[in-house]
Amino acid sequence: MDLDFANVLIFLVVGCVFVLLNLTVSRLLQTRLFTEEKYIPYECGEDPVGDTRIKFNARFYIIALIFLIFDVEIVFLFPWGVVFREIGVLAFVEMVIFIAILLVGLAYVWVKGDLEWIRSIQSGSKESEVQ
Amino acid sequence: MNDLTPYLVISTTLFCLGIFAVLTRRNAISILMGIELILNACNLNFAAFSRFVTPPDDISGQIISIFGIVLAAAEAAVFLAIILAIYREFSTISPDETDTLKG
Amino acid sequence: MELKPLVFYVFALLTIGSAVIVVTVRNIVHAAFSLMVTLFSIAGLYVFLQADFLAATQVIVYVGGILVLILFGVMMTSGRLDMKLKMERGQLFWGGLVTILIFALLLGVIRRTPWNVQEELGTVEGTTAQIGKAILQSEFLLPFEVASVILLIALIGAVLISRKEVREDE
Repeated sequence: MDLDFANVLIFLVVGCVFVLLNLTVSRLLQTRLFTEEKYIPYECGEDPVGDTRIKFNARFYIIALIFLIFDVEIVFLFPWGVVFREIGVLAFVEMVIFIAILLVGLAYVWVKGDLEWIRSIQSGSKESEVQ
Repeated sequence: MNDLTPYLVISTTLFCLGIFAVLTRRNAISILMGIELILNACNLNFAAFSRFVTPPDDISGQIISIFGIVLAAAEAAVFLAIILAIYREFSTISPDETDTLKG
Repeated sequence: MELKPLVFYVFALLTIGSAVIVVTVRNIVHAAFSLMVTLFSIAGLYVFLQADFLAATQVIVYVGGILVLILFGVMMTSGRLDMKLKMERGQLFWGGLVTILIFALLLGVIRRTPWNVQEELGTVEGTTAQIGKAILQSEFLLPFEVASVILLIALIGAVLISRKEVREDE
């Protein structure tokens, strides 16, 4: 097992060294002539409008949240998949219960329209009209 | 490296750094980072005891660590949702300034 | 064979060093990225503890999930001006004092406790199957199913709390 993870470590180290090496070489070889245009962030030739550090819409957060919850589900699916053949039907039933409970959450956010990027605005305003 | 003590020292240090962050930071997200450090120290302890103290074929400590990580995910999700709600209400996430509930 | 302890101490130093940066640096984005290094090195320490699946979980959930969420939280609550973290002198002093006292206490406990360390450590070849059996067949079955309920509650609760402000936005 240690040897397998040694591969991961070598991969990690080589990746870091590669990036640092390239940045250093580029730093050594570059010519530094700063003009005003070079300080502008590159946006496909367009002049950028406003600040880079805007406050993000909270809807991004909801998507990230749903991602995190199902990310955690994956953690349990891996060991289940490894021993599935050994345990058989029992394991299947247990995992179906587990996923069914989490699917309630998915169904909830789906029905409430959190997954729909554009229409969630309309359904939101409709609900507030009803209220 | 094949001894319990280095792991315990590492996790103690992490725990104390987390406590320090929780006590001194005045931004709710920094406090969350401190809490994450504390939780990680705790998980590291469980894994270390699972390796060195319990019999080799008993991996309960590791499984408890995995459940700890799962709970940390749930906790972080709700914590940040509450922070966003507080930010909407007060336009700040400093715990010192959001004191409407103070008696 | 001398390489392994060296790698271990590198990971230990990375863990503690980056955690120190997390709690002391002034810029909250830098703190978040330093936290990433901490979480990665803790995954490395898990590998040294023969906990391969735990290390993978650490990377998948912490680095890939929770840290992303924290960065989203930073982006949604901090403009350019309040990226900087303020700290008060008095708070720093008392917080530091309490921390050092707890640290000394815990180190004393570690030194004096007669740890019941196993004679033979044995090497484990992959823990994933063992963990699978434990959560599906033994006493961890109930926590496993309850975990899904907790995740469901966290999902619905957090979405409900954060959706309100999306609605107020429009």
